[in-house]
Amino acid sequence: MFDIKSFYEAKDVKDAIAALEREPKAQIISGGTDVLIRVREGKDAWCALVSIHNIKELKGVKLLDDGNLWIGAGTSFSHITNDPLIQKHIPMLGEAVDMVGGPQIRNTGTIGGNICNGATSADSASTMWTLEAIAVLEGPSGERQVPVCEFYTGPGRTVRERCEVCKGFIIPKTSFEGWTGQYIKYGKRKAMEIATLGCAVRVKLSEDKKRIADVRLGYGVAGPTPLRCRKAEEHLKGCQITDKEAIEAFGKLALTEVNPRSSWRASKEFRLQLIEELSKRALYQAIKRGGGELDA
Amino acid sequence: MLKIIHMKVNGIERELAVDERESLLDTLRLKLGLTSVKKGCEVGECGACTVLVDGEAIDSCIYMTIWADGKSVMTVEGLKGPNGELSPIQKAFIEEAAVQCGFCTPGLIMSAVEIVGTGKKYNREELKKLISGHLCRCTGYENILNAMERIVEEVYRASHKEAE
Repeated sequence: MFDIKSFYEAKDVKDAIAALEREPKAQIISGGTDVLIRVREGKDAWCALVSIHNIKELKGVKLLDDGNLWIGAGTSFSHITNDPLIQKHIPMLGEAVDMVGGPQIRNTGTIGGNICNGATSADSASTMWTLEAIAVLEGPSGERQVPVCEFYTGPGRTVRERCEVCKGFIIPKTSFEGWTGQYIKYGKRKAMEIATLGCAVRVKLSEDKKRIADVRLGYGVAGPTPLRCRKAEEHLKGCQITDKEAIEAFGKLALTEVNPRSSWRASKEFRLQLIEELSKRALYQAIKRGGGELDA
Repeated sequence: MLKIIHMKVNGIERELAVDERESLLDTLRLKLGLTSVKKGCEVGECGACTVLVDGEAIDSCIYMTIWADGKSVMTVEGLKGPNGELSPIQKAFIEEAAVQCGFCTPGLIMSAVEIVGTGKKYNREELKKLISGHLCRCTGYENILNAMERIVEEVYRASHKEAE
């Protein structure tokens, strides 16, 4: 038995919003792989929970009429990894969420929960930042859209109001058509691990595959929230893929835009080293996936 | 508050009155007597409580029972043949000496059911990743991986013979 005050299983999004309004301190539970652990540890003991676990409209991936991708907030990590649309258009996201916890957690945990938790270490977060995903929230006063890059306000905090349900994410076509990417998770273990650092790089190569037409660099655990390194991105745009100096500067510039801290998992100094090194490794992988030929 | 739910457990339709705060682990062990489902860490780390819900392996310690309303749940008890025979997966675990104290075994067997059910062939490295949600403190995992390799291979070969 969980030490909770009440538990309400919502039938649909409207029902969930109404239940959240009825119970002044109620919080949402989706997959439960974080919420129930906090309850078990006593941190959220005696809380009221509104469950969106079985709401069908929150599940699945689909291609929208305008060519953008839709990822339902209640889609589990394993369903994202195995989804044919994800495999075709954004395999990088499928791989990133395949590094969360272990298989059983990935069968239960959801991408909506991963983002709405507000954790800087969330494995999907840095990729979602580089995809410039848009979160769709519905609350008592209607629907609104918030870019994931503007979603976080601090560690564990987001712009989502307590009574708002995250319905899903729009991935703009302009963020995946012609783009390739790579997410690198650094952890002490290969599984059942929270990222010491996560690095996501996406690139769009020029038609001849010799230049970097566009690039995006995102991190997890490089600051209190996931973040993007826009100065480093700007610097690398238009450079030759073989331009070693520019790529070195890419990693160095990223260091000026991050703010990691020391924790029991790793020191600030080690994280800075990872930030510089992983940006380059992820970039090379992303270029290779885009068909760019690098010197051996 | 008690809620009436319906779920198929090991192929049998069940109607149960459950507390909304109950974990699937507690319901299976205490209400249905399915004690193959082990209570280990209770925070989704050790995998001892792994069961299949609609064919997918989940940690039943962090899964609310009422989420399973209308779904199909499978535990090791459900693998038993009509005359009490062991399933091929269980036999592989015995033959490869993949069982020592036995506490992690039921959970691993259920993950094996999901893995084998995909009909895909996996190498040892892939299998390591697929059982990473289970802790075993006795075997050092080597014999478990031997058993997994063996059963994956057997099922793959059998299904391809049928296809020919």
